[in-house]
Amino acid sequence: MSTPTPIYLDNNATTACDPKVVEAMLPYFTEQFGNASSMHSFGNKVGVALKAARAKVQKLLGAEHDSEIVFTSCGTESDSTAILSALKAQPERKEVITTVVEHPAVLSLCEQLEKEGYTIHRLKVDDKGRLNLDDYAKVLSDKVAVVSVMWANNETGTYFPVVEMAEMANAVGVLFHTDAVQAVGKIDINLAATKIDMLSVSGHKLHAPKGIGVLYVRRGVRFRPLLRGGHQERGRRAGTENAPSIIGLGVAAELAMEAMEHERTYVKALRDKLEAGILAVVPHAFVTGNPENRLPNTANIAFEYIEGEAILMLLNKQGIAASSGSACTSGSLEPSHVMRAMGIPYTAAHGTVRFSLSRYTTEEEIERVIAAVPPIVAQLRKLSPYWGENGPVADPAKAFDPAYA
Amino acid sequence: MWDYTEKVKEHFYNPRNTGPLDGANATGDVGSISCGDALRLMLKVDPVTEIIQDAHFQTFGCGSAIASSSALTEMVKGKTLDEAKQISNQDIADFLDGLPPEKMHCSVMGREALHAAIANYRGEEWSDDHEEGALVCKCFAVDSQMIEDTIRANKLSTVEEVTNYTKAGGGCSTCHEPIEEILTKVMAERGETFVPAGAKKAKPAVAEAAPAKLGTLARIRKIEEVIAAVRPTLLADRGDIELVDIEGKNILVNLTGACSGCQMEAATLAGIQTKMIEALGEFVRVVPAAKAQAHACASHAHGG
Ligand SMILES: Cc1ncc(COP(=O)(O)O)c(C=O)c1O
Repeated sequence: MSTPTPIYLDNNATTACDPKVVEAMLPYFTEQFGNASSMHSFGNKVGVALKAARAKVQKLLGAEHDSEIVFTSCGTESDSTAILSALKAQPERKEVITTVVEHPAVLSLCEQLEKEGYTIHRLKVDDKGRLNLDDYAKVLSDKVAVVSVMWANNETGTYFPVVEMAEMANAVGVLFHTDAVQAVGKIDINLAATKIDMLSVSGHKLHAPKGIGVLYVRRGVRFRPLLRGGHQERGRRAGTENAPSIIGLGVAAELAMEAMEHERTYVKALRDKLEAGILAVVPHAFVTGNPENRLPNTANIAFEYIEGEAILMLLNKQGIAASSGSACTSGSLEPSHVMRAMGIPYTAAHGTVRFSLSRYTTEEEIERVIAAVPPIVAQLRKLSPYWGENGPVADPAKAFDPAYA
Repeated sequence: MWDYTEKVKEHFYNPRNTGPLDGANATGDVGSISCGDALRLMLKVDPVTEIIQDAHFQTFGCGSAIASSSALTEMVKGKTLDEAKQISNQDIADFLDGLPPEKMHCSVMGREALHAAIANYRGEEWSDDHEEGALVCKCFAVDSQMIEDTIRANKLSTVEEVTNYTKAGGGCSTCHEPIEEILTKVMAERGETFVPAGAKKAKPAVAEAAPAKLGTLARIRKIEEVIAAVRPTLLADRGDIELVDIEGKNILVNLTGACSGCQMEAATLAGIQTKMIEALGEFVRVVPAAKAQAHACASHAHGG
């Protein structure tokens, strides 16, 4: 059997570098290797290119000033910088508001802060992954140093109302940060028109290379750098600029703007087709998160009574790449914190599969996936002790009853 | 992606003996859907000879859970119940040319299902095994007895290993303290001291190396002595053993003759391994040199 052409539907994990991005970067490894800070022509050309890249990122984010763009090494660094800066700049404020479904880049940091004596308010979500803004209003006070809430969830694509939440924070004088790593490049963002103070971007989610990120810091927001040293990024992030990657990110930002309409219409239609195609033939499967309000590229489907890693392995055998919130794939033994936070029952939480598309995804690929999934699900259900002839066993807890459980 | 061996993948993609078994007279259910894996083992046992004539399984779980179940059904067929009872979780892992450490609990689940099925056949309460232990890990319902037995059988020495083998401690992690207490107790039985993973080494490096730890040469000599001691038994069975290499904790050997068949080999190696551990006072693994080779190749071929 020849290996089938691979289909990559794991773009929320990372994306392929756009060939135009790579092409734009290459000279900055060789001829244009200079240090932008140097007083000679080697450095000067790099400085000009960095300025152009900064302007492109500014445009993608709809930021008012290009000096609001701070290049970092990744989304995680941007998240850490934002939260720690807010705490350092306002030492009298000892509370942070976030949500239970953030990326570990925020959650793990908050866990650590908690150990160091800070109070962390983690907003809960409902069964569709939505926040209750009344809960939010209750904990918002002048004791809070920063609110950090993601724009779109990486597992389900579900949006949080960050524009509204930033206004609520602003009204009581609290800084607002959003991890927009999954949103930037996929949806229109116009920061100048919002009250968002800080926003994190990661290059590798929008067809730029890995290891480049951005922290947007609104003009006038009190800021304390994570890394001190040279005067790069106006002293807000020391360390010689990663010129090739910044330039690559500039090109990626430009390409993302061009593709935004395609993302909103075509990619979304493919995603909807994929979901509908699978759900039409696979019983006991459902979409997780909020289907009405989410990223155009993300489909997260829970397949009951089977386990995600097994699904991924069988998909992978057919050249299809996706990811799962199952415990087994992460080695963490517990299914994804996002699925548990939404109260997805264990019968389904272990069997969630995330398909995340990109502007390169084709209709033919989606059709192949729609054809591939149902037999895989059926095959695994046939092996499952929770599945009978034509459906789940009547009472899974009783039908399968280990002596010691 | 996990670095699964070819054999794990093969058993996952083409699982043997799946689905309900007609005429089954023994069933063992372990695990639960909330844990993320569950296994039902069904056996057809000859009432006169107690030989397992057929074995089937149904599994909810990841790739290695399905592969371990499939392997188990192949391993038990043709064995008497008493013989089957000797199969350890390590034997199941070995049959599959190894499992990633985080997946060892899949082989533990296999062994448990087997014991549950045998108890079921004999009309015994398998759950009795578990009554003594207090529940330690609430996330995965693992009790102290189970943790103790697994530490003892596999000579575990860290909380991480306990989690890999039993799942205990892999959820909220609030039970790491009681797990450390059990480790301290069981390791003391075998003359070792439990060292917490995060603990600063208080003693200076020189003092640390001192107690009981053998020098390289003494260690090799001890290993050779054990090999020499087991050879006569193997020779009597028309087999032989040869020391090939020592790579850290792995002692590579060549087994030849009658003992190089899969299951007998595993049993033989396990016996030699126990003797090695006793003689050296440290945990080592005795592995067939050929297999170690295959392992190395496999992990290069599909990393990442
Ligand atoms: C929502 C979210 N935040 C942060 C990150 C981390 O970004 P990076 O990998 O650039 O550190 C990711 C990427 O997985 C993400 O999805």
